[in-house]
Amino acid sequence: MPQNVDKVLDHENLFREPEYKAMFDNKRSQFEFRVPAEELAKQIEYAKTWEYREKNFAREALTVNPAKACQPLGAVFAAVGFEKTLPFVHGSQGCVAYYRSHFSRHFKEPTSCVSSSMTEDAAVFGGLNNMIDGLANTYNLYKPEMIAVSTTCMAEVIGDDLDAFIKTSKQKGSIPAEFDVPFAHTPAFVGSHITGYDNALQGIIKYFWDGKAGQGTALTRIPNESINFIGGFDGFVCGNLPEIRRMLDLMGVEHTILCDPSDVWNTPTDGEFRMYDGGTTKAQVEAAINAKATISFQGYSTEKTMKLIKEHGHETASFHHPMGVTGTDAFLMKVSELTGKPIPKELELERGRLVDAIADSQAHLHGKKFALYGDPDLMLGMTAFLLELGAEPVHVLSTNGDKEWADKVQALLDASPFGKNCKAYPKADLWHMRSLLFTEKVDFLIGNTYGKYLERDCGTPLIRLGFPIFDRHHYHRFPIWGYQGGLRVLTMLLDEYFEALDANTNGIGTTDYSYDIIR
Amino acid sequence: MSLTVDENKALIEEVLKAYPEKTAKKRAKHLGTFEDGKPDCGVKSNIKSLPGVMTIRGCAYAGSKGVVWGPIKDMIHISHGPVGCGQYSWASRRNYYIGETGIDTFGTMQFTSDFQEKDIVFGGDKKLEKIIDEIEVLFPLNKGITVQSECPIGLIGDDIEAVSKKKAKEYVGKTIVPVRCEGFRGVSQSLGHHIANDAVRDWVFDKVDPNKNAFESTPYDVAIIGDYNIGGDAWSSRILLEEMGLRVIAQWSGDGTIAELENTPKAKLNVLHCYRSMNYISRHMEEKYGIPWVEYNFFGPTMIEKSLREIASHFDDTIKANTEKVIAKYRGMVDEVIAKYKSRLQGKKVMLFVGGLRPRHVIGAYEDLGMEVVGTGYEFGHNDDYQRTTHYVKDGTLIYDDVTGYEFEKFVEKVQPDLVGSGIKEKYVFQKMGVPFRQMHSWDYSGPYHGYDGFAIFARDMDMAINSPVWGLAKAPWKKAA
Repeated sequence: MPQNVDKVLDHENLFREPEYKAMFDNKRSQFEFRVPAEELAKQIEYAKTWEYREKNFAREALTVNPAKACQPLGAVFAAVGFEKTLPFVHGSQGCVAYYRSHFSRHFKEPTSCVSSSMTEDAAVFGGLNNMIDGLANTYNLYKPEMIAVSTTCMAEVIGDDLDAFIKTSKQKGSIPAEFDVPFAHTPAFVGSHITGYDNALQGIIKYFWDGKAGQGTALTRIPNESINFIGGFDGFVCGNLPEIRRMLDLMGVEHTILCDPSDVWNTPTDGEFRMYDGGTTKAQVEAAINAKATISFQGYSTEKTMKLIKEHGHETASFHHPMGVTGTDAFLMKVSELTGKPIPKELELERGRLVDAIADSQAHLHGKKFALYGDPDLMLGMTAFLLELGAEPVHVLSTNGDKEWADKVQALLDASPFGKNCKAYPKADLWHMRSLLFTEKVDFLIGNTYGKYLERDCGTPLIRLGFPIFDRHHYHRFPIWGYQGGLRVLTMLLDEYFEALDANTNGIGTTDYSYDIIR
Repeated sequence: MSLTVDENKALIEEVLKAYPEKTAKKRAKHLGTFEDGKPDCGVKSNIKSLPGVMTIRGCAYAGSKGVVWGPIKDMIHISHGPVGCGQYSWASRRNYYIGETGIDTFGTMQFTSDFQEKDIVFGGDKKLEKIIDEIEVLFPLNKGITVQSECPIGLIGDDIEAVSKKKAKEYVGKTIVPVRCEGFRGVSQSLGHHIANDAVRDWVFDKVDPNKNAFESTPYDVAIIGDYNIGGDAWSSRILLEEMGLRVIAQWSGDGTIAELENTPKAKLNVLHCYRSMNYISRHMEEKYGIPWVEYNFFGPTMIEKSLREIASHFDDTIKANTEKVIAKYRGMVDEVIAKYKSRLQGKKVMLFVGGLRPRHVIGAYEDLGMEVVGTGYEFGHNDDYQRTTHYVKDGTLIYDDVTGYEFEKFVEKVQPDLVGSGIKEKYVFQKMGVPFRQMHSWDYSGPYHGYDGFAIFARDMDMAINSPVWGLAKAPWKKAA
C-alpha cells in the first residue's frame, strides 16, 4: 500500500508505485487498443524530421497550440486599468468565466468582470434586454464608477450595436444618463488579445475625449508639458508600470499612465478584498488630451489607439517592447527629446550597472542559440536584447504577428552579425516551433508556460517570458522593462544557462570535472 | 455551528437588498436553507443566470470540450471557431493521462480552427474539411476526431454533421463526432454535458462495429463513468475496484480512449461518480443495453466504505468478501490519517461552491475529519442534485444556487467559515479576506482526492490550508493592537 500518514505521496510520486504501474500496464494492454509500439516509435521519430517539418509548414487551415488569445481578453485587461471600472462583456457568459480564470491563473489575483449572459433567445432576438438588465445589476451590485463594455463573438455575429444598446439602456433607466459606459466592439475572429486591448483602450479614450458617445461635448486640447504613457497588453504589468513611473519621476517628467492595472492585480492580503484598486482615473483620462505627447511601449498592441491620439494633435512615439541597454536608451532619449528634460545621473548609473552586468556575464551567452515566441512587440524587443548580448535569436515566432512584423524582425536580424541564419516566422504556432526545434536545434527556448511542452518534447530548456505564465509564481511582480528590468531578464537567461550546464556536468565520476564551483 | 434557519433568512434578505427589485425577486428563489425532513434544499436551479451579476458559471462548450470529451486521450478535439475558447481551456483541468502527446495521445494540446472574419462570412465547413485532412497528415495515429462547436458555428448555419459524415466515409471507418455545444446554448456547462453524452450515443455507440476491438467479457466487468481523472482521481478509484476483484473495462472519460467508450456497452455494471455530467449516457445504456448503474462516492473513508459495499452488492459473495478485505486493508492507514489531522481540524467550518457532484460528495470527507460544512451550492446543478444533497447536509445549512460574486463574498463575510472550497475565480477574493481556501475543481494542483490514497492527500491539504502560518500575518502587528 503506497500511502502512509508520515509521508503522504503526492500525484507525482504516488502513481510511480508498483501497484499503480501494474494497473496502468494492465489498462493499456487489455482495454486501450493503442497503436502497436513499433508504429508509435516510427511516428515519434518521423515527427522530428525535415520531411515532417515541410508537411507541418504546408498547413493552411489547422492551428495547433497557438500563442495567442482572443480580443475580449485584451479588452478586459484594458478595462481593469481604469479606476473603479468594471469590465462588462456582452455575449455568452462562458467567455467571461474563461477570461477571469485565465488572468487569475497568471497573476494569482482576483479578476472582476461581468457578462450579459446571452443565451438562445438573445441569439434570436438580440441581446438588448441582457444589456438593459445587466447594466442595472452591475451598477447596483458592484458600485463601479465606470462600466467598460466589450463583446464576445456571439454578440458580434448577430450584430448587436453597443452604442445604441447602451443609449437605450440609459433611456430605460437602467443606469443614470450621465454614468460613463465607454465601449468597443471586440470580435474574437479578428486579430488577437492585443487587438482587443487596442480597441478597448481606444474606445475609452475616444469616449472621454470626443464627447462621451454624443452625450457630452468633445474636449478641446490645451497642450501642456506632460506626456502620456501606454504600456500595451503585458503579463509583467505589475512590475513594469511602477518601473516606468519611477524612471519618469527620476527624470522629473509629468506623466499619465493610460491604463494601469498594476495595483488591482497586486493587492495585499490584509483582510480586505479590493474589487477595485488604483488605475487611471477619469479625470486623468480627460486631462491626458492636453499632454504634449503620448508614448506607446508596444506599437502592435496600440495601433488604433495611437492613431486616435495622433489625430488629436499629440506628438506620438510607438516602441516595440524595448528592452536591455539600447532599448531603454532609445526610450529615455525619446522621453528626453519630447520633454526637453535631461536623463539624470541616477539613470545613467543604472545603465552603467546593466552594462557592467552584461560585461561580467556575456561570455556565457555569446553565440548561444535561442528560439523565442510570443506577442509581436515582445518578440522585437527580446530579439534586439539577445543581439545586444551577442546571442543568436535563431527562430523568432509569433502567432499574432504578420508579414510586416516578420520583415521588421528580419531587418533587426540582418543588421547584426549575430542575426545571420536567424529567421522570423509570422502567423505560426507552437507545433511549427516543435518542428523548428527538432530540425534546427537551439540551446534555449523563450516563451510562456505552454513552452514547457516543447521543453519536454525537444529537450530545449525554457525561459519563461511572456503571457500567460501559470506554472511559475510571481514573475509578473518584477519589471522586465528599463535598465532594472534588463538586469532581471539577463539574470533569468543566465540562471537557465547555469542550471543547464550544471545538469549536464553532474555525473558523479563521469562528467563532474566540469561541475565547477566558480562559473 | 452553522447559523440558524432564521439567521440565514435574515442574511439572505440583507444580501438581496443590494439588487434591483426585479433581480432580487429572481435571486431570492436560488437562496435558502436546508431544513431537516424536506425533500430538497428549497432552492430553484438550472435557470438562466442573470446578466451583470458576476455568475461563476461557464458554458456548454466548457461542459462538452472541457469536461466530457476533452479527456478522451487518443482522439483529437477541435475547438471549432475563434481561438479563445480552446486557448483558455487548454490543459487547465488536469485530466491526467498516459501516452505520447502529439503522437498517439492529444490531451494537453489545443487544436483550433482559429476562425477569421472570412470564415464567419463565408462559413467554416470547407475549412473544417481541410483541417481534418491536415490532421490525418500530421497526426496519423489519432483514433478519431471531435468537432467542438463554439458560439459562431450555430449562428452562421455551418453543417458540421455533413462534414463529419463525409470525412468519416473518406477516411474509412474513422470516428468523427460533431458536437453542437455552442456556448450560448442552455444556461450553463450542464447542457454541454448532455449534448456531449448524446453525441457519444449517436456518433459512437450507434456507429461502432461490434466486432471492433473485441475482448472476452467476464461477469465482473464494470465501467467507471463520470470520473475525469483530475490529479489522478480515476486511478486512485480504479485501484480499489480492481482490488475488489472487478475488471474496469472503461474510464469515462479521464485517461479514457475511444476503444473504452466503444466497449462500455459490454459492462455488467456502470459505476457513476459525477451524476450531473454523465447520468444521461448511463440511463441510455440501461435502456438500450440493460446495463444497471449505481452512483458512488469515493471521498472520505465513510462514503468510500459505503460505496464499495453498495457496488459489491451487485456481485457475488467472492466480490463481497474481497470488498471487506479491501476495507480492512486500508483501515489502518485511514485511521492514522484521521488521528493525525482530526485534532487539528475538529469543528472547523467549511463553505463550498463547486460544480458537478462535489457540493455534496465531499461533505462526508470533511466530516470524517471532524469538520462541518455550513454552506454549499452548485454552479450548474439541477433539482435532482439538490434532492441528493439532502442526504448529506445538516439542518440549517445555507444553500446558494448559481451564487453571484457579490452574494458569495457577503455570505462568507457573515458566516466566517474556516475554509472556503471553490474555484480559481474565487480563490484570491477569499484569501485577500484572510480566509483559507482550497480550489475544489482542480484540487488546487494537488490530488488525487478520490479513494483511500486520495483521502490522505485531501486531509493533508485541508490541514495545510487552514493551519498555515500565513493567516496570522495578514494583520500588521501595529494594527492588531489598535
